[in-house]
Amino acid sequence: MKAVVTVMLKQGVLDPQGAAVQSALGSMGFDGVSGVRQGKVIELELADGTSEAQVNEMCEKLLANTVIESYRVEMSAVGESA
Amino acid sequence: MKAAVLVFPGSNCDRDLAVGFRQAGFEVEMVWHKETALPAGIDVVGVPGGFSYGDYLRCGAIAAQSPIMAAVMAFAGKGGHVLGVCNGFQVLCETRILPGVLMRNSGIKFVCRPEQLVVATASSPFTEAYGAGDEITVPVAHHDGNYQIDDAGLDALRSEDRIAFTYGDNPNGSRADIAGVLSANRRVLGMMPHPERAVDAAHGGTDGAALFSSLAGALVAA
Repeated sequence: MKAVVTVMLKQGVLDPQGAAVQSALGSMGFDGVSGVRQGKVIELELADGTSEAQVNEMCEKLLANTVIESYRVEMSAVGESA
Repeated sequence: MKAAVLVFPGSNCDRDLAVGFRQAGFEVEMVWHKETALPAGIDVVGVPGGFSYGDYLRCGAIAAQSPIMAAVMAFAGKGGHVLGVCNGFQVLCETRILPGVLMRNSGIKFVCRPEQLVVATASSPFTEAYGAGDEITVPVAHHDGNYQIDDAGLDALRSEDRIAFTYGDNPNGSRADIAGVLSANRRVLGMMPHPERAVDAAHGGTDGAALFSSLAGALVAA
């Protein structure tokens, strides 16, 4: 089994890295980029039968700091394209 | 008086922190992060600056899960004194021993320079040798020192007089210019600036020394 965890700063939390990327895109001439948020993607390879609840617990305890970050979990069987 | 200084892979201010404690009269024991218990008779735990686990995932997040941190949380829970500096502050926030979170500096860049601080409260074991409102100079060196906390948390820190230090010229975007905060029982201090880098005239200043002598005085009086 596989889980893909996407961790993003919550809305309203200043994202200095996203702001820097947005500013760079603007100076490169890409107009119309009205927002950039930079997060991270964590891929987990899991023993069969691992539940989504267990992955959520991993997120709560380590993978995301829920004071400032939200997370999204997508589970899939290995071989299946996510 | 005995201090334990934790050592994580990537700690780089551990020996400096030990020097700060020793200079104030503490006997110091270094404690590797894989240990599951603190040495007997410890009066204070120092969580040093550095880049534990290379700051992977988030600053302090992996160190917060180290075996020794369960013992530190139990020690703090029983009313033990804990000082976290820089990465140590990040670790204490990640364990939720202290509220809030340290984010990337608002200016994105690593900031490394002497910084003017204001002692926001002298009512703590770490700051009583200063006076409230004193201005001191202590170096900062961090990439992720932008302290953030929600409105309710900030109100609590203010109403309980738990903001220990503020910046004169905020270098990282921290909310309310906060440079250091205290736990509810005032026995845990987390701060981004490095008092252990200002304890000897050769450092260019000695304004950090009073923090260690405050603590020594408070422990002797207790």
